[in-house]
Amino acid sequence: MEINSPQFKLNAKTALGDKQLQGALGHVRENFTGKRAKARAQLPQFDDLRQNARAIKDHVLEHLDVYLELYEQKVLESGGMVHWARDAQEARGIVLDICRKTNAKTVTKGKSMISEEIGLNEFLQDNDIEPIETDLGEYIIQLRGENPSHIIAPAVHLNMDQVREEFRKAHTHLPDNRPLNEPQSLLSEARGILREKFLAADIGITGANFLVAETGTSVIVTNEGNGDLTQTLPRVHVVLASIEKIVPTLEDMAQITRVLARSATGQEITVYTTLSTGPRRKLDVDGPEEYHVILLDNGRSKMLGNEFSQMLRCIRCGACLNHCPVYQAIGGHAYGWVYPGPMGAVLTPNLIGIDKAGHLPNASTFCGRCEAVCPMLIPLPKMMRSWREKEFERHLSPYSQRRGIALWAWMAKRPKIYRFVTSIAARCLSVIGGANKQINRLPMAGGWTAHRALPAPHGATFMALYNRQKGRR
Amino acid sequence: MSARKTILSQITASLKENSGTLTSQADRMTAAERRVNSHPRGVIPDLTTKSGSSTLSVFCEKAVAAQATIKKVKSYAKAGSAVQSFLRQHNLPQQIRTGSDPKNSKLVWDKNLAPQILVGPSDGNDLVCLSHALGAVAETGTLYLISGPSNPTTLNFLPENHVVIVAEKDIRKSYEGMWKTLRRKYGKGKLPRTVNMITGPSRSADIEQTLILGAHGPLKLHVIVVEE
Repeated sequence: MEINSPQFKLNAKTALGDKQLQGALGHVRENFTGKRAKARAQLPQFDDLRQNARAIKDHVLEHLDVYLELYEQKVLESGGMVHWARDAQEARGIVLDICRKTNAKTVTKGKSMISEEIGLNEFLQDNDIEPIETDLGEYIIQLRGENPSHIIAPAVHLNMDQVREEFRKAHTHLPDNRPLNEPQSLLSEARGILREKFLAADIGITGANFLVAETGTSVIVTNEGNGDLTQTLPRVHVVLASIEKIVPTLEDMAQITRVLARSATGQEITVYTTLSTGPRRKLDVDGPEEYHVILLDNGRSKMLGNEFSQMLRCIRCGACLNHCPVYQAIGGHAYGWVYPGPMGAVLTPNLIGIDKAGHLPNASTFCGRCEAVCPMLIPLPKMMRSWREKEFERHLSPYSQRRGIALWAWMAKRPKIYRFVTSIAARCLSVIGGANKQINRLPMAGGWTAHRALPAPHGATFMALYNRQKGRR
Repeated sequence: MSARKTILSQITASLKENSGTLTSQADRMTAAERRVNSHPRGVIPDLTTKSGSSTLSVFCEKAVAAQATIKKVKSYAKAGSAVQSFLRQHNLPQQIRTGSDPKNSKLVWDKNLAPQILVGPSDGNDLVCLSHALGAVAETGTLYLISGPSNPTTLNFLPENHVVIVAEKDIRKSYEGMWKTLRRKYGKGKLPRTVNMITGPSRSADIEQTLILGAHGPLKLHVIVVEE
């Protein structure tokens, strides 16, 4: 996938001026956050479950190599195949190999963020294999040639009119004058079209929400049933999963499932939670004849050793996106790659480099809501701060910003000078503020004053007041 | 070096870097195996809801909340006519696709109008499929369906209407009860090809976050509970 993260500032500006997008983002603000709050309130043990979910994942990460070996052994015992991929290119190569051996022309796909991360669709097309996204949201954005704008609701940036227009353009074999005024009629049309694709596909590719070491099982959680048709009907089922998806046991999977859907859509559990273990058995009358798992690393094993290792607890629920004031304002595309929002701001620099993704950890108000709602208790703001420090250390931030911070640091270490300068600055700002005590234009701070007034300081500085009152209230 | 070896040794190197010291591979394998073998349960949510705390009443309430419909009958014999009245209620033809589950032979059909029964996997042309669940979980109103000739997986996803029969005695309070059942039936560390945990009919909210039932799977999920 093309990386547009370096253009984050421009992307964000465009997004803020996009009326249609701003309308669509209203759904994120209202629906997702309200539903999560309600689900959380209805489960008194929610916080205990979060603590335990975190403990499970921490234990897995501390033993990741041995759990991967246990998991692999169980997959092999059940007749499945395990492929290891160091990076995106290796993963794509393995998928192509399986496609070639199967002589595949079309591939149906369940929703998978790993597929986006390795840029699979474009690659398959280049190799004359047709990938068909079957999740309704993914199908819509595939028609539009777009990337997902949300990790669980890929088409959340669109409204119904846009979907209707796209369906009329794509489904030309249907009558022009058919009514498509309700979401229901759009869904029915997609159901009919994709049904044929499900039945005709040679290979089905799904992601995995969990890999269970105890049984060698891959697990997907979905609402539409598309993932199940994708993996049940074709002759070959391929699972794309990153290495940190491991959980030890079925019990551990259930613990995390209990916080996953509640944090994501506010459901207690998704409609379908599907456990897949190996290919079809001797007496089975349906199901795939081949079962492949591709285990992708792509930088994760290195993360395990640095200050971002806790990010590997992430279960991709999307709660941090839904509750982020920055995501709510600009949507997912502005982030410029696969993972948007706070989780993307931490993960993306790890995967594509801080030189390309430096703007992402800076696009935060540090309000802390992401960490507060994270079911896996990932300290996202702290890790964004680490990225900012790294960016500074590596001299990646702009010269003027670096000089400014250096000057401030020099003064801050010299209290007398600092107090003197700040008292003068406060007095100057107070004068500029005038009677309204508001500053509408300020040199070198146009980015702020272009959109809102800066309240002018009035009265003495804090230190002056403190000294005058000698610490008394 | 193979990809497998590179990844595994990078993981070990990272763990060492993070913690300073790392216990031996053998010790860590023992710790992992211990967890897998003891499979601790963790936190189990309270089951009490407004309709009381009996397993059956919670199951029914939760399944209905997930937009499934429920019919309770006293025996397998009576489950047959419950299936048929569901068909009549929704103006569906008396034709049912089902698997080779022996429990089907216990169903008694209406005297004058036995439905046409088709046995085997679905090819997508069936309006109604009938399955027997291995069990269910009250906590969220979730059915457990197991792949195999008795209840082929295609029956769970291809029809517009899915009717599932479950015995009251097979409903557990929480998921943990079903893991126990699965281990007893299939052996430790083993599972059938597919375990489908199903909670209500298929749905999507991908267009303007409007929830619509009947995405790619069934539009209706009808559950018949046999209170034998």
